[in-house]
Amino acid sequence: MIRIFHNTKFDFLGKWRPAYTAMIVFIVPALVWILVSGFNYSVEFTGGSLMQVEFQEDQDVARVREALASAGVDGAELQSFGSDRELVIRASGAEDVARQAEGAEAVVATIRQALDQEFGEDSYEVIRTEAVGPRVGGELRRNAIIALLISFCVTLVYLAWRFEWRFGVAALVSTIADVLATAALIRYINLEVSLFVVGGILTVLGYSLNDKIVVFDRVRENLKKFQKEALPRLLNRSVNETLPRTVMTGTTTLATLSALLVFGGEVIRPFSIVLIFGILVGTFSSMFVAPAALLMIEKRWPHTIGARRDTADTVVPASS
Amino acid sequence: MSNLKYRLLIIGVLIAASVAALWPRTTIERVEHDGVFSYDTVKRFPLKRGLDLRGGMHMALEVDQSQGTVADPADAIARAERVVRSRIDEFGVAEPLVQRVGETRLIVELPGIDDPERAIEVVQQSAFLQFQITDRTQALERVAPRLDAIARELNLTAGSTAGGDTAPSSPIGIEGLLQADSSADSTAADTDSTAAPQASSGPFQRSLQTGQIPGQFFVSANDEPLIRTLLAREEIRNALPPGKQVKWGADSMLLGADFYRPLYVLDSRPIITGEYLVDARPNQDGLQGTVVEFQLNNEGGRRFRTETGRHVGDYMAIVLDDRVMSAPVIQSAIGTRGQITLGGSTLQEAQDLALVLRAGSLPVPLSVVDLREIGPSLGQDAVQQGISAGILGVILVVIIMIGYYRFSGFLAVIGLGMFTLFTLAMLAGLDAVLTLPGIAGFVLSIGMAVDANFLIFERIREELEAGRTVRAAVDSGFHNALSAIIDSNVTTALTAAVLYQFGTGPVRGFAVTLMAGLAASMVTAIFVVRTLYLVWLSRQENPQTLSI
Repeated sequence: MIRIFHNTKFDFLGKWRPAYTAMIVFIVPALVWILVSGFNYSVEFTGGSLMQVEFQEDQDVARVREALASAGVDGAELQSFGSDRELVIRASGAEDVARQAEGAEAVVATIRQALDQEFGEDSYEVIRTEAVGPRVGGELRRNAIIALLISFCVTLVYLAWRFEWRFGVAALVSTIADVLATAALIRYINLEVSLFVVGGILTVLGYSLNDKIVVFDRVRENLKKFQKEALPRLLNRSVNETLPRTVMTGTTTLATLSALLVFGGEVIRPFSIVLIFGILVGTFSSMFVAPAALLMIEKRWPHTIGARRDTADTVVPASS
Repeated sequence: MSNLKYRLLIIGVLIAASVAALWPRTTIERVEHDGVFSYDTVKRFPLKRGLDLRGGMHMALEVDQSQGTVADPADAIARAERVVRSRIDEFGVAEPLVQRVGETRLIVELPGIDDPERAIEVVQQSAFLQFQITDRTQALERVAPRLDAIARELNLTAGSTAGGDTAPSSPIGIEGLLQADSSADSTAADTDSTAAPQASSGPFQRSLQTGQIPGQFFVSANDEPLIRTLLAREEIRNALPPGKQVKWGADSMLLGADFYRPLYVLDSRPIITGEYLVDARPNQDGLQGTVVEFQLNNEGGRRFRTETGRHVGDYMAIVLDDRVMSAPVIQSAIGTRGQITLGGSTLQEAQDLALVLRAGSLPVPLSVVDLREIGPSLGQDAVQQGISAGILGVILVVIIMIGYYRFSGFLAVIGLGMFTLFTLAMLAGLDAVLTLPGIAGFVLSIGMAVDANFLIFERIREELEAGRTVRAAVDSGFHNALSAIIDSNVTTALTAAVLYQFGTGPVRGFAVTLMAGLAASMVTAIFVVRTLYLVWLSRQENPQTLSI
């Protein structure tokens, strides 16, 4: 029988200070950045048009830009995609978005006409088009935030019912930290926030919560089993006991996601990046953040969990 | 023992039901046979590929309220759905989808289409057909001075001062330009002379050149924007002669050195509308170029005959979507047949017009709010990549499971096979569409399924370590892992449900596969793998060791 992390006795709670510091140092600058300049949203959220075209021959980006400018699409960003034959044209400036208020196809049609005129109808092929009117974009952004908040509330209620509100709050707070850290990564590496990436963030939320629940489930069980044990020890014991599963699940999920990252293609790549990072952070915080959070909540509002236990001094996280 | 038999029976039924759900079904679909599209029964694999995997076009439409508010957009979109559906059915694409989403949005999906502009045109065209008699009473001439007065009040007489010198000092009338014969309507000549002295007094009297038929005027390309702006103003609209409407012609024409667009004054009441139309066919006429011939039903034909009989000698404007296509003279009463002249249009355009006329007019104008188009090559690549990533992911999982848990891992891999079968069957049962995000959700749910196995196996290991017999360890291992599995799966499922509720298109696909995967993983990890253990245990007298 191969066993990894078997019968470990790591002091996870004792490391709460560096763990929390690391999370805060990672998250706070990104939050400031996000508050100042927001995310790099995709056209789905901002409204606007995106067009990926493949030319028969290599094209000079400047010539394409000129052709578009003379057709009135002068705010377009151009980016070659893979080779010089493939080009992504993105028009999501305020002016272009406003033009799409009456019909989302307006800018795309203009781009096509401009390319037809400059290069000829048969010289290129449209591989992908996205044209989103301003209202749809705003709606999507709103829906994404609503979805996030509602899933927070729903899971909090479920956990409060299945466990106890302190567990629910601790699990949720550390999960929110994971989601924020994932958002921070997206900001740092300037990943484009598309619907797919938002889906990835929500998956991280589910996965991270799932991880905390497994640990807390063990805490719940140990509370019954070791009624005399001080809470910090009991929490450490629970994290150590679930460690093999935490590591195995993390490894397997990361393995499948790495397959997606490497072979899944351009469209899935941002999603895989978000999930891989989110799972790393989620696993980290299940061990170092969530149990400590539970301990702090219990210290602040002592009741059910600590009722039968030693007095408050043993409940303080052991700081080094 | 009988407990085990029941368990095996249930698994057998689940597998049978899954296979049945995935068996090729007979459905009715719009398919192509030698270039002809029709509804037909076809046998196909129940899980369809989404647009992102096969290429095609997706558009979302809403009621266009920019031209005036629509009282009940939900009702309007429901009526528009029927019209759009019948147009799309005739458009010539296999397996189209027309679907209402929410209260006020319509989704149209056209797989494998390569001309999005034509599709948008066909869907959006109102195709509201009217026949209106042109005005013979010089209604516009009479109110022109008043309209000009209002224009001056509005300060919308651009060109009247600056252009005073360049503008022709008196409208010469279109007869002059064309050197029309003297048989031209005498009333037109009258107007001409009466209008002349006041020529510079305002945009209307200056710009409107009397046309060839009663109620027709020509406006030069230079003056057109100004007149359009004026006609859009409420003050001007209120001052137009009662019972009359002003509509532009569809095409401008070259007269002398300038382009002119005809403007028609029409009786507001249409003698007939397109609602009586039963058929429309494109045709090419040697004399008139491309035409669309239409046929009215009996009631429409009767009305048309009566009305045209009453108006012999008058001119009848054929108005499509508020633009006058042509205005032929009524020589005698017309019955059920007629035609619309399209001038220099292509046969394709005539075909599309005939198509939208047959399908009926849209009750409200629609605007595109979201448009996506995926080329077929991109979809092909995505399928390839999705499959190779999926296969590699599965191989990695199998290696980890069997490498780490040996025989127990092998049981879990069998469970994983069934998990895949159950998930696909559930998706087929839900009529879900396979999309790229869906594949991602599936890969993720494999992770969740594996997690349940890990929870159980680690638990069994602990129980064995605590000195229990193999049989007891397996029992309590499953039992004790249950609460963690249920709680973690339910919370993830709740998140997926919220995603489904508030997400659109791709996110929904992801949520659906994730939910199906979670359900399947609970069943396989808790029930199927347990049963496999029980089968193994029933074959051992008294097992001392378990390969885990």
